[in-house]
Amino acid sequence: MNEPAAVSATAAAAPAGVAAPLLEIDGLNVRLIVRGALRPVLREVSLTIRPGEALGLVGESGSGKSMTARAIDRLLPRGAEVEGSIRYDGHDVAALSGTGLRRYRNQVAMIFQDPRAHVNPVRRIGDFMTEALRTNLGVPAAEANRRALEMLGQVGIGGGARRLRQHPHELSGGMLQRVTIAAALLTEPRLLLADEPTTALDVTTQAEVMAILDDLRREFGLAMLFITHDLELAAAICDRTAVMYAGQIVEVRSSALLHDDPLHPYTAALAAARPDISRTTARLLAITGRPLSAFEAPSAECAFAPRCGHARDACRAALPELVELDGGLSRCVRVREIRGRLGTPDD
Amino acid sequence: MTEINGGPVLEAVGLRKEFGDLIAVDDVSLRVQPARSVAIVGESGSGKTTIARMIVGLERPTGGTISACGHDRSRPARSLRDRRRRGHEVQIVFQDPYTSLDPRQTGEAAIDEVLRLHHGWPDQRRRERTAELIDLVGLDERQSRSLPRMLSGGQRQRVAIARALAAEPRILILDESVAALDVSIQAQVLNLLADIRDETGVSYVLISHDLAVVRQLTDEVVVLHRGRVVERGPTSQVLDDPQDDYTRRLRASVPRPGWKPVHAVPARPQQEAGSQ
Repeated sequence: MNEPAAVSATAAAAPAGVAAPLLEIDGLNVRLIVRGALRPVLREVSLTIRPGEALGLVGESGSGKSMTARAIDRLLPRGAEVEGSIRYDGHDVAALSGTGLRRYRNQVAMIFQDPRAHVNPVRRIGDFMTEALRTNLGVPAAEANRRALEMLGQVGIGGGARRLRQHPHELSGGMLQRVTIAAALLTEPRLLLADEPTTALDVTTQAEVMAILDDLRREFGLAMLFITHDLELAAAICDRTAVMYAGQIVEVRSSALLHDDPLHPYTAALAAARPDISRTTARLLAITGRPLSAFEAPSAECAFAPRCGHARDACRAALPELVELDGGLSRCVRVREIRGRLGTPDD
Repeated sequence: MTEINGGPVLEAVGLRKEFGDLIAVDDVSLRVQPARSVAIVGESGSGKTTIARMIVGLERPTGGTISACGHDRSRPARSLRDRRRRGHEVQIVFQDPYTSLDPRQTGEAAIDEVLRLHHGWPDQRRRERTAELIDLVGLDERQSRSLPRMLSGGQRQRVAIARALAAEPRILILDESVAALDVSIQAQVLNLLADIRDETGVSYVLISHDLAVVRQLTDEVVVLHRGRVVERGPTSQVLDDPQDDYTRRLRASVPRPGWKPVHAVPARPQQEAGSQ
């Protein structure tokens, strides 16, 4: 497949000389009907995920991170207008239908923030876990049960036979999220879309679920798109992290560098706004205003400019392109000037 | 309002709450000095919200005593006057600004209602005070005249804070009040809460699972686990050098730069079967 220029720019943010992308999003624009009008929710989103790679997708509410995952899994609301391309393993995802689409969804599994909202409360855990195996892949019930039991063991749930007969309300939130992870892994996906899977959990449970997710991902060679509002959480288990603001990708960076050497003022501001567990600051460096969604943000200039302490006339002249710098990408025209000075109130 | 020289503005002693067979809160004591902030930290089921509800008067303790500004509030209020006095002593801001405001009431009207109820002031004075409170929490006039559904989460939480402050409480219970907010908005509200404390001398009881927020806003912390206090002390000391195993585990679970999630070490020495 010939790679358009924009995609090679995205690919440059990853280590060179690795396998072809498993997932390749190029120039994705999505518009949805909101209160009677067609409004943009994603703007020019380009991302790649390689086999076995974990990519973090970080942003505040309305930034478009969940919409990106929904677009990938073809779960956008009715009436959505989609431009740009999503390719999985070289195939155009938009062209899939019927069996092809079902097979794709087995390969690209999704887990959500609130497991209770995504598990039928009146069906047993065993039914829920083995449904895709039995109905989509034609695996006999006994075999499907055996695999479900084994997978429950993998996510650290003992006494699996009894668990399979239980109903969701008999399990704690953390236990149920581990069940949904196990269920997602049963169809042997190659890509896991994890949409804030630990946000509703207690912090000690979160650590446990994250450890399990990280282990299994490595063991199965699974690629992952990990969506969260927590920069540190993404950095902890993702190779690279993409930061979204107002429906756009504003930065893509190796997770190890994102915190200490951010390239976009928004990334830096997000990290600086968070209180620090190891010290009290006289005043948090709050970002003025509130996060904007794609349709509220200015479209012909930098979307973050209205809240950015580093904004200048150049930022308001045009929508910045993603600029490559030092193995990362930043949608900031001043990236070279202000690098290393970010995270301070302004310059 | 009663001023107690040097004494705590809020004191709970030996609090206990049972729900049927479940002991949700077991022998918890708490002291809050004027203009100081105490955090109650714990995970779901630790009893922290039950304690908040008992302090406000939404839940009656099975045992123990609570007093605010020198008045007992362990038992239900016996008169309207008593209830109003309690409203001057303690107010609460809940986690979810989407459900804690009346959807048909503007921020301005919500604040005005509290002023009328608690102070019985004439129109002009109420209008002035409403404008002051709106200004204090950083909302503009248009926002104060909007219905909650027209406001963002952070703006609604500001309305909820202004409404709670309208009663001029000595103690404000913040029950996960910044937990649902976006990071950039959370920082604004935390700064605002610090300013309000400096200006009004109100005391905070912060109920939270977020140790970074606790570090930023409070002087002292009480760590709860399964209804019991497992550790307490100055916030900086407890977070920098936790003594209890559970506090340590809580501290170690917080993502931070360079953090890696690790499987929880089983509480008992023997390895649990099924864990990897």
